[in-house]
Amino acid sequence: MKFVTNCNIVEILNLSDKQLLDLSKRKVLSLSLTEMKTVQEYFKKLKRNPTDVEMETIAQTWSEHCKHKTLTGIIEYIQIKNGKKTKKTYNNLLKETIFKATVELNKKWCLSVFKDNAGIIDFDLKNGVAFKVETHNHPSALEPYGGSATGIGGVVRDILGVGLGAKPLANTDVFCFGDPTTKPSKVPKGVHHPKRIIKGVVSGVRDYGNRMGIPTVNGSVYFDHDYMANPLVFCGTMGVIPKNKIEKKVSPGDLILVVGGRTGRDGIHGATFSSVQLDQSSDVSAVQIGNPIVEKKVLDAMLSARDLNLYRAVTDCGAGGLSSAIGELGEKIGAVVCLDKVPLKYDGLYPWEIWISEAQERMVFAVEPKNKKKIIEIFKKENVEAVFIGQFTKDKKLVLKYDKNTVANIDMPFLHDGIPKPTRKAECKIKEEKLQKTVKLTSSELLMVLKKSLADLNVCSKEWIIRQYDHEVLGQTIIKPLQGNNIEISGPGDGAVIFPYAVIKGTKKGIVLSNGLNPSYGKINTYKMAASAIEEALRNAVCVGGNIEKLAILDNFCWGNPNKPEILGSLVCSANACYEMSKAFSVPFISGKDSLHNEYSIGDKKFSISPVLLISAVGVIEDVANTITMPFKNSGNKVYILGVTRNELGGSVISKIKNIKDAIVPNVYPKESVPIMKGIYKAIGKGLIESCHDASEGGLAVAVSEMSFSSGYGVNINIDHIKTADTMSAAEILFSESNGRFIVEVEPKNESRFKEIFKGLSVSEVGCVSDNKFVIFESQKEKVKFKEKLINLLNAWKHTINW
Amino acid sequence: MKKVKVLILRTAGTNCDFETQNAFELCGASVERLHINFLVNNKNKILDYDILAFPGGFSYGDDIASGKILANEIKNKFGSQVEKFALSGRPIIGICNGFQVLVKMGLLPESELFEQVSTLSYNDSNKFECRWVYLKTEQKSNCIWTKNLASVISLPVAHGEGKFIPKDKELLSKLNKDNQVVFRYSTKDGKEPEYPLCPNGSAENIAGICNKKGNIFGLMPHPERYIFPLQHPCRESSGSEYGWGKIIFQNAVNAVK
Repeated sequence: MKFVTNCNIVEILNLSDKQLLDLSKRKVLSLSLTEMKTVQEYFKKLKRNPTDVEMETIAQTWSEHCKHKTLTGIIEYIQIKNGKKTKKTYNNLLKETIFKATVELNKKWCLSVFKDNAGIIDFDLKNGVAFKVETHNHPSALEPYGGSATGIGGVVRDILGVGLGAKPLANTDVFCFGDPTTKPSKVPKGVHHPKRIIKGVVSGVRDYGNRMGIPTVNGSVYFDHDYMANPLVFCGTMGVIPKNKIEKKVSPGDLILVVGGRTGRDGIHGATFSSVQLDQSSDVSAVQIGNPIVEKKVLDAMLSARDLNLYRAVTDCGAGGLSSAIGELGEKIGAVVCLDKVPLKYDGLYPWEIWISEAQERMVFAVEPKNKKKIIEIFKKENVEAVFIGQFTKDKKLVLKYDKNTVANIDMPFLHDGIPKPTRKAECKIKEEKLQKTVKLTSSELLMVLKKSLADLNVCSKEWIIRQYDHEVLGQTIIKPLQGNNIEISGPGDGAVIFPYAVIKGTKKGIVLSNGLNPSYGKINTYKMAASAIEEALRNAVCVGGNIEKLAILDNFCWGNPNKPEILGSLVCSANACYEMSKAFSVPFISGKDSLHNEYSIGDKKFSISPVLLISAVGVIEDVANTITMPFKNSGNKVYILGVTRNELGGSVISKIKNIKDAIVPNVYPKESVPIMKGIYKAIGKGLIESCHDASEGGLAVAVSEMSFSSGYGVNINIDHIKTADTMSAAEILFSESNGRFIVEVEPKNESRFKEIFKGLSVSEVGCVSDNKFVIFESQKEKVKFKEKLINLLNAWKHTINW
Repeated sequence: MKKVKVLILRTAGTNCDFETQNAFELCGASVERLHINFLVNNKNKILDYDILAFPGGFSYGDDIASGKILANEIKNKFGSQVEKFALSGRPIIGICNGFQVLVKMGLLPESELFEQVSTLSYNDSNKFECRWVYLKTEQKSNCIWTKNLASVISLPVAHGEGKFIPKDKELLSKLNKDNQVVFRYSTKDGKEPEYPLCPNGSAENIAGICNKKGNIFGLMPHPERYIFPLQHPCRESSGSEYGWGKIIFQNAVNAVK
């Protein structure tokens, strides 16, 4: 017997302000007073109280997660620099910074930006490349395995739900965790120990990604105490899509088909809950339960339905579930849905629960009535459940029915555009950065800092994580995340390159993926953090053969509570950096996402994360033969450094090791970097560069060591030959984290042609790859020299995370 | 010359079918990837093909044990057709999850017996691992898939359940005697490896086996991921313009031409 439940009327017409707020909190609606009053006004006009289904629909649709109302709302911004105040009001921060840069750059090869589930760029005559990166932070804090697994599952569905569906080719993963060596007694009540979170998150990504058969090819992990209670989990997916499948079209009369997983009570309030601070009472039932095989079946079947033109639009059920998916597709026309037709995991769900459940692996399609039978057959062949649950209409109303009763009837325009724009205050005080006292170290101290840097959590090998992911499934990963000169050694790669030969027959082209983030800079200066993250992502792509003129980027902001002016201010500051850097590098943003409210409260104390901006880059490479890895290739080859080293130790690894307080955070100099990046692309294309690696965390000393120990070749570096902008000590030169620098290996026979390309730019010959198994750094000026066996450096790098 | 017809069987969770198709096509074969539901309804269709391939993936999520559900499904629903195909001497390959299916179905190592006498279980490291390995090849084997290979080759592995365990010592010595152990994990010089070069702790470092007749071949490594030198971590080739994987597929296509 089916257990029938029905909907309730929510009394709001006569509620006071306080009562409205109480209601919002009690029902996890996450709506502000102004928003609650707007809802009250709307129903006053209708002369009735809303049903619980209607209240929940509005809350989900208006959630921060779905509407990004902070970044698209009004922000009154004050910036204070050197005691000077400047004011600016943003009516829509995203449109006036990140999106504005994209519009102004107006790249013809950007096919779809900021409007669909993912950004799309041009691949070849017939195909585009779609890329999306999402966060799944709150769920991963509560239930690391399920949280990260459904994070991957969700972003894969974004790729399936872009246009009429792209075929996923690769995943990326970036995490921010607390320190895994934290003593259990120091872990706040109600919070999982960082090591448990790490293991759970990695297993979740592993099991979902591997089972879907999508290689996880690129990523990054950042450890800091600030992420203990609020770990950050970023999941990305890249796919290819035929150009004639990029546009969706929904017409009145089209049928609504729900496909894939059944609906259950998991993931109720996921969208609104992501705007609530976590504390020890946070509800785990807000986390969804994933099943990768169900999603794999949906993927297989829907792509064949796509190629047979059996549907006109598709979108995924993500945050807000059916409510968001159908709401989005029917936004301009209207829809009627019979909630009792939705296939359920078990009986007993209230209509509102069916409507907003975030149960996984579901996609919603708009199907022309004439294709009704055919499309069901396609799904049936692969044992995928597909059920028609309603129809798109033309009355601009959202009508929901349950057992023939109408349980919701709201105007689409109110639902989508009725949300009042909030006004928030933001303030950013830009701290003055001072040059540190000169850091002079002896030879043995320099070696000690190098080894400690290599073993630092944020530099050390992530092999333990990477090898658990199948990074080679599909056989297309030709620049892999771990690189060595033979299959037994693994050094850290910069970007990854996918050669989609099995999907796009006959192609020579490749797709590069990379990322950049550096939250330690953000603790001091979020503008420089953002600028550095952008440059790092671009450098990583350029190192493997990416073309700076064909790269696009994605932003992911993870911030604390935006109601605090200083927190929102630091975000505005980095959004401005995004605009300026995007323009200066001529690299457009094509998609992005924000996750605010990353805050945890213990009693009265609130802990906000340090802000993180993750930049993910994607680009098309003309010929995959022109891609390279980072290990040195042969003894006798010359080592060059491109770019200038500045005295920038702020937020660096050495500043942590040596407890350096004052220091300048690395800045970005696009006018210097762009010509170098273009030169590297040209030189790799002509076969003039054997290996290339960028200097980032740990500076030149770490980067050179990595190139050496992953190759089995030694290297001699003359510190005095490294080009610097300031007078610097050996320690400062070796461990400064200035942006814009690449270490490249050149065969002696190619040196003159190589130098020709970099004429007039900052290029310095600094050493030679050797046959002995030592890394040697020497400065005659400062009379320091240190020498270490490759194997010892490799072991220092490898052994920090080896569980 | 006739066009060699290859059937790649897939189901929920299969995920290496595209690259396997591509490898066969590059060897001149025509390939169809068919869902098991189709074969269940067209049982004799399977006999129209020259080569049968069970690709890698996570069939049915590897619930219960890797490959077990698919193995039972095949055996129960069209086992006699598969047996007929196997006994006719036509080439069959099972890669990774496909190898697990062949072993759990009992088509390997003793195809005539058609009963499970060995298993592939959890790696000793107790985790999924993706890495490249060296494989020592059995030069005396009559396996039609592994001809023309060097004494040591390299291929990538990516699995969590790859530890080969035979029923008893007798079976192991029989496999050795009949040269059915065609691939063993090894060092670069063909010597006994340690973890991680032996990624799973297999008995006698076994990575791939064939049946006595030599037409059925199962292996944990992925030959379809090493067709071109570009796919190799250091861009090595097999000495030709291709990778070692291509030679494996070519051997079978040539055998039925």
